Amino acid sequence: MIPAAVVGVGQTHHKSKRRDVSFGGLVREAVFRALDDAQMTMADIDAVIIGKAPDLFEGVMKPELYLSDALGAVGKPMFRVHTAGSVGGTTGIVAASHVQTGKHTTVLAVAFEKQSEGNAQFALGSGKGASLGAGGSFAPFIRSYIHRSGAPEHIGWKVAVKDRQNALKNPYAHLKLQDISIEKVKESPMMWEPIRFLESCPSSDGACALVITDEDGGKAAAAAGRPPAWILGTSSRSEPPAFPGRDPVRPQACLTCAEDVYAQAGITRPREQIDMAELYVPFSWHEPMWLESHHLADEGEGWKLTDAGETEITGSMPINCSGGVLSSNPIGASGLLRFAEAALQVRGMAGEHQVEGCRTALGMAYGANSQYFSMWVVANSLQPFG
Amino acid sequence: MAISDDIAVVGWAQTPMVRHTDLSEVQLLLRVITDAIEPLGLTRADIDFTCLGSCDYITGQAFSFVGNLDAIGAWPPKRDSHVEMDGAWALYEAWLRLQEGDIDIAVVTGSGRSSTGDPALIYPMEMDPYFLAPIGADPVTFAALQARAAIKAGIADERAMAEVAVRARGKGEVDELLKGDYVREPLRRHDLPPITDGAAAMVLARGDRARELVERPAYITGFDHRTECHNPSFRALDDSPSTRIAAEAAGLGKAPVELAELQAAFTHEELLLRSVLGLSDEVKVNPSGGALKENPIMASGLCRIGYAADHIFGGGNRALAHSTSGPCLQQNLICILEGRS
Repeated sequence: MIPAAVVGVGQTHHKSKRRDVSFGGLVREAVFRALDDAQMTMADIDAVIIGKAPDLFEGVMKPELYLSDALGAVGKPMFRVHTAGSVGGTTGIVAASHVQTGKHTTVLAVAFEKQSEGNAQFALGSGKGASLGAGGSFAPFIRSYIHRSGAPEHIGWKVAVKDRQNALKNPYAHLKLQDISIEKVKESPMMWEPIRFLESCPSSDGACALVITDEDGGKAAAAAGRPPAWILGTSSRSEPPAFPGRDPVRPQACLTCAEDVYAQAGITRPREQIDMAELYVPFSWHEPMWLESHHLADEGEGWKLTDAGETEITGSMPINCSGGVLSSNPIGASGLLRFAEAALQVRGMAGEHQVEGCRTALGMAYGANSQYFSMWVVANSLQPFG
Repeated sequence: MAISDDIAVVGWAQTPMVRHTDLSEVQLLLRVITDAIEPLGLTRADIDFTCLGSCDYITGQAFSFVGNLDAIGAWPPKRDSHVEMDGAWALYEAWLRLQEGDIDIAVVTGSGRSSTGDPALIYPMEMDPYFLAPIGADPVTFAALQARAAIKAGIADERAMAEVAVRARGKGEVDELLKGDYVREPLRRHDLPPITDGAAAMVLARGDRARELVERPAYITGFDHRTECHNPSFRALDDSPSTRIAAEAAGLGKAPVELAELQAAFTHEELLLRSVLGLSDEVKVNPSGGALKENPIMASGLCRIGYAADHIFGGGNRALAHSTSGPCLQQNLICILEGRS
């Protein structure tokens, strides 16, 4: 396989309503930031890979057809991915595959959601009004995690505060809760026991774009003083919705996916070798759950890392330095934003939310009822472990 | 040999293609995946990668593909993906994935039950949401605009279109058909596709594994797809540049093909595509009857590749398959299949 690298990262300012832009305007905002970062134009792009969550969210069927002009895809391949909430991550993976197989030299990965155009809760229930909502689906898993691990209830509050404090350092983040505190979180309304309002992700309009190129392109960017993020591994796994023996608290698809991507990247001691991770945490309690099912903490021990402050930017295992899904959630783009932040971190370009000395980072997204997992590991060199 | 030249279609299956089925998409896929893998002696455990193609708006439900994980048997968890496109594009992703070289067998599907909705209501929603969707023009209206352009350019005429319909469906008489009323001038009922429920599944294998599974794998020697400007009024509708670029990139010109399966849902599209691809009169076009005979949305393109593979399995040397998406052939895919002696 041909090594591939991220040489351009772009995203929109995420907000609850981006009424100032059309769908086309929204994606172009992210795309031009990514192209500028890569010092490229649309003419340098060989193919466009686009992802978003259900078309029913906005009421536009296969919107990539209409967006082909805005994305400069005329005359080029335009490929549409949709793997539920993990779609942003899978979009990055499929885009990387276009380069790693030698099919194309430079591709654009784009993901977006303009949630304000529709009603996600309506769409989740397919317009039949029977939707539990995402929180309603995940709350039982979280209660089970708390029961099994014996984690105290303030763990969820701590994650909610930490990610919103990180978001204050990220100019693109949606939620800017200047006065966020444990008190505020624990006093916010109970949504789905034990998930409180401030432990939940927002609905956002936003887009993310990455320019991915081959080894020569990555090396050329490095030589020009623009550090690339080398893609050391990509992996995806899916498992069925429900059957006896499935464990949605510690999903086998997540464990297998993490083990696969670590093996590709040459990671044998993830807790030590991964310098930061962007994990898809739409509800606060997913942080300790995901720490465990990514082998970043032993089973039942994830919450202790959170409690000890180890998942803060200055901790030993920083998680979601961008502010994460808890601070910005344009659903279809949320996965690619995780992958993008991992790339920014190893490039040393994460600004105020930069983890010092970050060399290797994990980006992760998941979707549906904890069934679709996609991950990549990026690093500041092709051989970060010597 | 480059790894990209050593990936082949080794089998495929389709469900009965019917006007309406009460079977769910999961049930359709359960059956059709089994039908595709069993003759090869494979079980679901042998499948290294799956990619499904379907469309929420056709199914009428958000995340409609999630339940289909039951049909692929994703336990233990599988490497898996889904495209909101025809199964032909799912095959493209699987073809790329196998080129990464670490796995050998992929299964792709295309599935759709278009009988549950009204195409005239659903399809306007795939148009530009600001300038075209509000007009509410249905796919037949846009197709008629393209048919007019093709007729004006001398690529098609109403008689030739009726002849396409008669050949595709194996029934009817041209002079009788031409007496029918227009649905949208110049399109008559026979120029339109049927509404079809159905699914298809295809098995892709790499290297020696492909040769172990079947005597004569259908090797994918060229595969490309391109899109073009969305708004039909900004395009030369008597042409299909994206088809031409994809065919060139797929190497169509390197050698003659014996057969072409074109996803032409409207009669004039077959004539237009034939002209754009420069297919000679010797090339058999849509002997399956094509999308004019059976048009399972989201599987129609994958079926074209399946019929082209059948030609190779049966001793043919080179065949072309085409798939399309969007108004007036906006996005086009070309897949070239070859046998080896």
